Amino acid sequence: MRLRDSNLFRFIIFVLIPLIVIVICGFSSGSYYAGLVNLFGINVILVASLNLVNGFSGMFSMGHAAFMAIGAYAAAILTLPANQKLISMPGLPEWLIYMKLPYPVALIIGGILAAFVALLIGFPVLRFKGHYLSVATIGLIVIVRAVLDNEDELTNGARGVTGLPNYASTWIIFGAAVICLFILYRLIISSYGRGLIAMRDDYVAAQTLGINLTTKKISAFCISAFMAGVAGGLWGHMQSVISGKFFYIDASFKIVETSIIGGMSSLSGAVVGSLLMTFIPELLAPLETGIEVFGIRLPELYGASNLIMAALLIVIIIFRRQGIMGYSEIITESLFSAKTYTSILKKSEYKNLYDIVSYKIKGLSSRIKSKSA
Amino acid sequence: MDGFIYFLIQSVNGLKLGSVYAIVAVGYSMVYGILRLINFAHGDIMTVGVYTILVLMTAFGVPLWVTVLLSVVIAIVVGLAAERIAYRPLRTAGEEATLISSLAVSIFLQNLIMMVFSPQRKAFHLPEYLSRLHTIGFIKLSTMNIITFAAVFIILIVLSLVIKKTRIGMAMRACSDNLNASKLMGININAVIVTAFAIGSGLAALSGLMLAGEYKTIDPLMGFVPGLKAFCAAVLGGIGSLSGAVLGGFILGIAEMLFAGLMPTDFTAYRDAFVFVLLILVLLVRPYGILGSKEGGRS
Repeated sequence: MRLRDSNLFRFIIFVLIPLIVIVICGFSSGSYYAGLVNLFGINVILVASLNLVNGFSGMFSMGHAAFMAIGAYAAAILTLPANQKLISMPGLPEWLIYMKLPYPVALIIGGILAAFVALLIGFPVLRFKGHYLSVATIGLIVIVRAVLDNEDELTNGARGVTGLPNYASTWIIFGAAVICLFILYRLIISSYGRGLIAMRDDYVAAQTLGINLTTKKISAFCISAFMAGVAGGLWGHMQSVISGKFFYIDASFKIVETSIIGGMSSLSGAVVGSLLMTFIPELLAPLETGIEVFGIRLPELYGASNLIMAALLIVIIIFRRQGIMGYSEIITESLFSAKTYTSILKKSEYKNLYDIVSYKIKGLSSRIKSKSA
Repeated sequence: MDGFIYFLIQSVNGLKLGSVYAIVAVGYSMVYGILRLINFAHGDIMTVGVYTILVLMTAFGVPLWVTVLLSVVIAIVVGLAAERIAYRPLRTAGEEATLISSLAVSIFLQNLIMMVFSPQRKAFHLPEYLSRLHTIGFIKLSTMNIITFAAVFIILIVLSLVIKKTRIGMAMRACSDNLNASKLMGININAVIVTAFAIGSGLAALSGLMLAGEYKTIDPLMGFVPGLKAFCAAVLGGIGSLSGAVLGGFILGIAEMLFAGLMPTDFTAYRDAFVFVLLILVLLVRPYGILGSKEGGRS
């Protein structure tokens, strides 16, 4: 038996350890590393929802940053106090200025608005095959950016909106992330999700089986945009500053990059990709300000970390096209199956895990011995 | 009457911009026609060309025509390297993989330029004999504009002849019709694809010079959005068709300048957004473009 088949092992790796990390971060909010972990949670929502469109339905959207922006601004408008809105966004209608909703409601409304925009853009574009969607969604980012930067009265223009209340705690972010993952996971294993996958693999065959391609495409695109909108609302309230430049093409590319590196056709891939893409750039960041390697002082290499990530992306797309996780759903499967949780109560699971581990250690030590001999 | 003259001036400005779009769109359309690849890196190859010109001109004082020649050569080398390293291994992998790969190449080139030259904007001045203004009635044109305008038609005619009359052109048409069947018929598809990339990249470098001459500043991200707009132009005119690309380029340029010039000043900042709205509207009404057939837009 392999280690990864043990339910108890899955519980420890995919539930217990993340839970401990999240709890620690939840109680040490404000620290730099807690911020990174929160960012990871938001990335999981973004990438997993993008995978629904790009990985499972065979379309290729790049517009997540635009949906994020819509969600972020909507959430900001619905939660900022009236006096702040009077200063920075005086052009809003009066009822919006005095409206203040609870944060989760604001997040959901932001998501709904994003989904509505996705419907508007998806309807003309998704009727065609090919990659018109990629260009149209990049166009959407340009359009959204132009609106955000120029409607001074509504969005405070390029200066952006500042002083967003810090509602996006670790609890809310990871709560949202788990709910999104759960919804996506249930969708994908349902008949709806199988329809999407059929459409991706062979659209003619899918059509003959009675799958309405247009409805399927547009609905998947809207669900994905909804989640991106929610993630945008979370992101804005975590950073407390939003402006058009944070939601531009480069931000969107980063999400696409993460999705591909982790594995487009897997929700677990979204988790693994986000993990890598949140923390690796942190390790590469010193390159951009200049570091010492073996006593040689490197000059400031602006853009070096993006350069390395782009090269990594090319290598992955050539040599492991399905991404790191491929089609495996090990993380979501373990997160959302009861077996993982009941395993902590079963004696046999402990014995089983002990056996596997001791067997592995024995094998390892005998290999080391034979090598040294 | 003033209004009419203003309208004409804006139209001429649109033609200037449109001729640049047209040149980029032709390259785009050639590559797309054969590989069905939206080459996101196309605009960044243009940036590479512009930076080559800048370095050679300011640091070594080489005359402009030599630098243009060298920048075309370097752009072709970069384009072919990208094709060899990032696109060719993915030829059988489906459109998505190459699309992602071209995206990665685009990010790579942008950041490489940022790393080598700073991310700051740089001034870019054409030599005096190119930027000199000629006044014809109420219309002002620089020598560069006239050259660009002529270049579009020369390029269109030469490429059309190449595609209609020569052996490689015939192979190109076959490949854009059906890549796999062409391969089975013994056409060297690698040679065809390399030719298409070389032509596209060379034209991108040329149009980069024209764009930089018009805007007078350059920065590492300058190529990306014009590249996308050129794709919009190619879609507008009917992707896969050369004259469609040129027509699309001109229509897009004129529409953009008229929009910027005739709309109230509040809206002028929306000109980039307008181009993409136009694209979405065109896709809604006539998805295969003005001169495109259903076959040309297939994928």
